[in-house]
Parts: sequence; C-alpha cells; structure tokens
Amino acid sequence: MNETLFEAMKQSIIDGEAEDAERLANQAVAEGVDPLEAINKGFVLGLDDVGEQFGCGEMFLPDLVLAAEAMKTAVAILEPELAKKGTAREILGTVVMGTVEGDIHDIGKTLVATMLSASGFKVYDLGVNVAIGAFAEKAREVGADIVGVSSLLTTTMVRQRFVIEALDDMGLRPQVKVMVGGAPVTRDWVAEIGADGYSEDAIGAVAVAKRLVGK
Amino acid sequence: MNGNIKSITDPRLSLDILSQDDVQRLHTATLEIIEKTGVRFPSKSALEIWEAHGATVDHDSMIVKAPGHLIEEALKKAPPAYDLAARSPEQDLPLDGNHVFVGTDGCGVEVMDLYTGQRRRSRLQDVGEIARVADYLPEVGFHWVAVSAQDYPPESRGLHELLAIWQNSTKHVQTESVYSIAEAKAAVEMATAVAGSREALRKRPVLSIMQCTAPPLGQDGGSIDAALIAAEAGLPTGFMTMASCASTGPVTLAGNLAVGNAEVISALALIQLAYPGAPVFYAAAQTAMDLRTGAYTGGGPEDFLFGAATNVLADFYNVPLSMGSFATGAKEPNWQAGIDNSMSTFMASIAMSDMLLGVGLLHGSRIWSYEQMLMDCEIFDMVRQVMAGIVVDEASLALDVIGKVGPGGNFLAQKHTRRHMRQLWLPKYMDRRPYNVWEEQGDGARDWANAEARRILETHQPEPLDAGLAAELKRMIKSVETAVPA
Ligand code: B1M
Repeated sequence: MNETLFEAMKQSIIDGEAEDAERLANQAVAEGVDPLEAINKGFVLGLDDVGEQFGCGEMFLPDLVLAAEAMKTAVAILEPELAKKGTAREILGTVVMGTVEGDIHDIGKTLVATMLSASGFKVYDLGVNVAIGAFAEKAREVGADIVGVSSLLTTTMVRQRFVIEALDDMGLRPQVKVMVGGAPVTRDWVAEIGADGYSEDAIGAVAVAKRLVGK
Repeated sequence: MNGNIKSITDPRLSLDILSQDDVQRLHTATLEIIEKTGVRFPSKSALEIWEAHGATVDHDSMIVKAPGHLIEEALKKAPPAYDLAARSPEQDLPLDGNHVFVGTDGCGVEVMDLYTGQRRRSRLQDVGEIARVADYLPEVGFHWVAVSAQDYPPESRGLHELLAIWQNSTKHVQTESVYSIAEAKAAVEMATAVAGSREALRKRPVLSIMQCTAPPLGQDGGSIDAALIAAEAGLPTGFMTMASCASTGPVTLAGNLAVGNAEVISALALIQLAYPGAPVFYAAAQTAMDLRTGAYTGGGPEDFLFGAATNVLADFYNVPLSMGSFATGAKEPNWQAGIDNSMSTFMASIAMSDMLLGVGLLHGSRIWSYEQMLMDCEIFDMVRQVMAGIVVDEASLALDVIGKVGPGGNFLAQKHTRRHMRQLWLPKYMDRRPYNVWEEQGDGARDWANAEARRILETHQPEPLDAGLAAELKRMIKSVETAVPA
C-alpha cells in the first residue's frame, strides 16, 4: 500500500528535490507510516541509486550534493518521529568536522562532510576558521567517534596536531579518532602527528571513516 | 628592454572574446551584485572605511553593500600603468598594457627533488634555489614565492621566503604568502630597507603583494588587512578571484565572471577609498570544478576562456591584470601539462595580460618541478613568437630572392636566408632528432630540462645582497618571531 509513496520518496532523492522530499516525509507522518520504513524503504534507496550512478559516471557531484540535501530535509522531519517511538535511525558513527583556525578553504571540507552524511554518518560541520578548542568541545558534547580536521595551508596544517593535543588534554583520546585532510597533508605528516587516518578525496574519506569506526 | 627579460610586446594578434555590450552587461551585473547582495569584508578596518564612504555595512554578517557610483568613482583613481621595480633597475617591469611578463607559480607544498626525482615537503632552501634558477631564466620576469618554507615558523615563514628570494635574485618579487597584519608590516619594513627609504620604495616598489578573494562574494580578513598595509606604503596590491564554476561560482561562465569581478573590484575600490591613487591590479585564476571529483581543475576550455575574457574586464577598469595561466592539474610534466599550459598561456597572452602566473607547479599548484618550469618557459617563448605575428614588408616578402631562386632550386644558399634565419624559432626541449637517434639515446625533454636546471643551479651566481642589508632584514624577521608568544 505504501509502495507508491516509497517509490516517490526514492525518486525525490534521485531528483535531488528537497521540497518533494519534505512533502513526502510530512505525508508519511500524517498518514502514520513507520518513519524507519520511510527512511529505509524509501529515501535511502534513492541515495543508493544516486551513489551507483555517480560511481559509474552517469551522475556528477552536484547531483550527489542535491540528493544529500534532500535526504537531510527528509530525515530532519522523520527523526523526531523516531525519537517519539523510542527508536533511532542506525548511524555509522558521529563525526565532528571543520576547517582549522586561520584557514577559510571550504569546498573540500564540505564535500567530505556531505559524503559522510550521505553514507550514514551523523555529521556536525563546524564550518571554516574553527578554533582548536571548538573541535574538542563539540566532540565531547555530541560524543563524537571521529573528529575531522581539514587544512589547506601549510601554515594551518600544523594546527591539526594541536587539535589532537586538545583532544588528549580532555582525555578523549584514543577513543575519539582523528581524520585529517587537505592539499598539503601527506601520509608522512599523518604519521608524524599521530592522526588515525587521512584521505586525498571525499570518497576515500568515507572508506577511512568506516574503517575508523570498525564498519 | 628589461635587462635580458623576455616579454610579449607589440602583438600582431588579437581576439574578440567579449563585445562592448557583453562587457557593459557584465559590469552592470557586477555593480548590481555589490549593491544588492553585497560582499563580505571580515576586517574591522575595511568595514570602517566602507562606512565612512557611505556604503551600507552590516557589522554582524560583515557584508558591505555599496552603490555602483561609489565603486566606479573609486576605481577611476587607480593608476592605469606603473612599474614593478627590481633590485637591479634595468630589470624593472612596465605594466603598461603593452607587455606580458611571466612569473613563477607560487606556494607549492611539495618539490620533485631535482637530483633524486623524489617528491618531498618543500623547505626554505628550495625557495632560494628556485629563485636562483628563475633569476637566470630570461623568460621569468618576476618571482612569486614558488614553494612554502615549511621548515620555518608559520608566523614568520612568509618573511624568510622573501629574504631567500632577494638573496638569490635581482628581479621583482611578488608575494602571495603574506596575509597577516604583523607579517605585512614586517614585509613593508624589509622592502623599505631593500629600496633604501620609504620614498624610494614608493617610487620603485621592489615588492608587490597578491591576495586571494574568498569566493563566492567574500574576502579574507587577514588578506584585506595585509593589503591595506602594503597599499599604504605604495606597494602594488592585487586581488585574485578563484571562483570555480559549480562550486564557488555559478556553473555558467558569465555568472562566474560576474561573481569574481564583484570580489575583485570591490577589493580594489576599497584600496582606492583608503589610499586614492595607490597602484593596484586585477588578478584572476577562475576555473571550473571537476564534476567528478570536485577538484580545482587548473586547465580546460573554461580556464582558457576566462584567461582571455578577464583581461577585457581589467582593461575596462583600466588596471593591470595578473592572470593565472600554466598551473596545470597534471601530476607530472606530460601531455596534459603541455596542453593546459600552452592553451592557457596563449589565451591570456593574446589578450595581453600584464602578468602571467606562473611557471613550475604541477597538480593544481601544489608540486614544484624544475623540469616543468623550464618547459613552461619554452611554452612562453613559443607563444611569444606566435604573438609577434607575420610581418609583411619588402624584406619579408623577399621578392628579389624568390626571383633569383625561381622555380625549383632552394633558398639555403641565399644571403637573405642567413640574414633572417635567426628569426625562426628554435626549441630547447622539443625533440626534432631523427627517429633512430631518439631510439638509441632514449632521452627527451624531461631529461634535458633536468640537466639544464642542474647546470643553472650549480653555476649561476646572482648578484648577492649586501651583507649588511641581509643582516638587517634578518633582524626584522627576528623581531616578528620574538613578538609572538610561543
Ligand atoms: C577530515 O578528513 C578529511 C579528509 C579528506 C579531506 C579533508 C578532510 N579535507 C579535504 N580533504 C580531501 O577531500 C576533499 C574532497 O575531494 C579534497 O579537498 P580539497 O580542498 O583539496 O579539494 C577541493 C574539492 C577543491 N580544491 C579547492 O577548493 C582548493 C583549490 C585551491 C586552488 C585553492 C582555492 C580554490 C582557494 N584558495 Co587557496 N587554494 C589552494 C588550492 C590548490 C589546490 N589545488 O588544492 C591552496 C590550498 N591555497 C593556497 C593559498 C596560499 C591561499 N589560498 C587562499 C584562498 C583561497 C580561496 C578563498 C580563493 C579559494 C577557496 C574558496 C573556498 N570558498 O573554499 C588564501 C588563504 C586564506 C586563508 N586564510 O585561508 C591564500 C593564503 C592566498 C592568499 N594569499 O590570499 C595555497 C596553499 C599553499 C601553502 N603553501 O600553504 C594552495 C595550495 C594554492 C597555491 N599553491 O597557492 C581533499 O583534500
């Protein structure tokens, strides 16, 4: 009976139409459809489809970002319903991320955040020019599994080390894993500062994050 | 002549890339963006200047909305032409609309080691060595800080880099790695010492400064503050937009040009409001995001079009242009690097961009390669020859020699041939040898460029910086280091 609704949900994500996704999510709530089913049998399938099409080169990054945005809109409506029922969507892990203090490069960090959230992580994107302490504080507040630090400048890359130290000081290490990235970051640097993972692109970042949370 | 520096001048080729109407529409659209949407200036001094001149300033969002006439009036105060001065005056570069000069690319993070071929983190020694090679090459007119001195403290790194270049070259230095108040003040002080006095520096700025805007429609606070300090001292100051189609700018080229234009001219107007008549330049390195990876492509047809179109805009505002060319996205000196860097350089040159940035970096301005540097110089030299065009006059028509040789025969033994043969272009790195020689030797452009770079590095002795002056510059850097708590 819900098949057509689920199909429309899937399609709204494929089309990257946040307004459609919003309307369909509200419809599900109004009709008393199980929110977890709406997510897993409807919206998520759309995201999977987009992921596949992206993988084989038929869809492009803007498709992916639009789909992820539509997904976010739908989930924002359905999550409170899940909470009311005492259930929650299964997430792969919680990630706090941002571009470090003194650095305003935005695009790479945002792509990584989008890909992580599209892959099932709960992501808190703190934006750019983020103070060292803010990473650690947010990580404690939300019980993060991973802290992601992006730096595009050689002058700010040194601060990735400070974020790790701040997490240390708060006693959050080694439970909280640290992932780094950005133009000047190399494997040697990652080893030097004792980070847990790095990636040179957003797709790779998802694989690294999954590994770090043991998934 | 600018010493032995090669430039493109008196071009015989031209290109109509935007009509007068197109430019006017781009300009009007830009003013509308600045007036209605606004540009973010996260700098207290900048906001105060805008407010004092009647722009609408929102202090929370730091967004400035300025009426079109304010921008237009301010831009009119910018000088249309001036010189970039060199430590040795015969290497001064006139930015007068009739010269195209090339610089090294800047701020690389890794170096393909000249001797081991291995990729490694960049350090101060590289900055000096690259400057020494650039000092020798006639195709290079001025320096950017080619790679970052990652073995020096972040707060004074930009200053160590400047000193390293001055110690290894007499050519003009333009930095893109000074973007804080403290560093900018010290850089001005250092440039003052090199020039001799504040007045001398104003007359012959041996240093110029390039900042990035923060697309879409923003500026970086530290960069703006640093630029204001430099402009006050009379250093030529430029702002570069890197708006990328589909990520930091609209996907369509015209929209992307308008966004980038709004960023650049709002910044240039700010400088003119603060210091009327200060030398400024337009700078741009727009591109299109790669649809698959999101990468900053540093090549492709969109880049090439931007390269030519942006100069039309800079001409419209009557200020010099620094245009991103070269800077391929290729990972090594290869087919892709050759295409990217030739096309971008040709398109930026045919529009007579005053400065081209720059030679030597691979992988979207991240990895330094001496081989690429030398091959980029060859690309520029070739473009330069093309830009000289075809001269049609009595001597070049050569009617008498044609008559003499007649049908059949050849022109090899003609005096006319010998007289003019050196006008033909000769490559340094293109392989024109017989097939079998190539097969036997098994070498090519990269090997020859590598050997030449080694030879230059090992033999070229640039005119040294006076020892007293060098010591003074070092003291200035120290003062910045001790002012910063560890
Ligand atoms: C947590 O886990 C992870 C995991 C993976 C992670 C990760 C985190 N973060 C990133 N990744 C990885 O996945 C991402 C997605 O695939 C990737 O992210 P990227 O960000 O690498 O890739 C993006 C999808 C596309 N790439 C980009 O967007 C960056 C491209 C380049 C060309 C670049 C751009 C576009 C910009 N810049 Co800037 N910029 C350069 C860059 C050179 C380059 N080719 O990288 C670089 C980084 N910039 C540089 C510089 C110097 C500067 N920039 C500046 C400014 C800018 C713009 C604002 C103009 C613009 C950014 C616009 C914006 N809104 O984000 C200035 C900095 C101001 C500041 N305080 O931050 C300024 C200082 C210039 C100036 N004087 O004003 C250089 C730094 C070199 C150095 N030695 O430090 C630079 C290498 C270029 C160069 N050679 O000059 C991966 O790195």
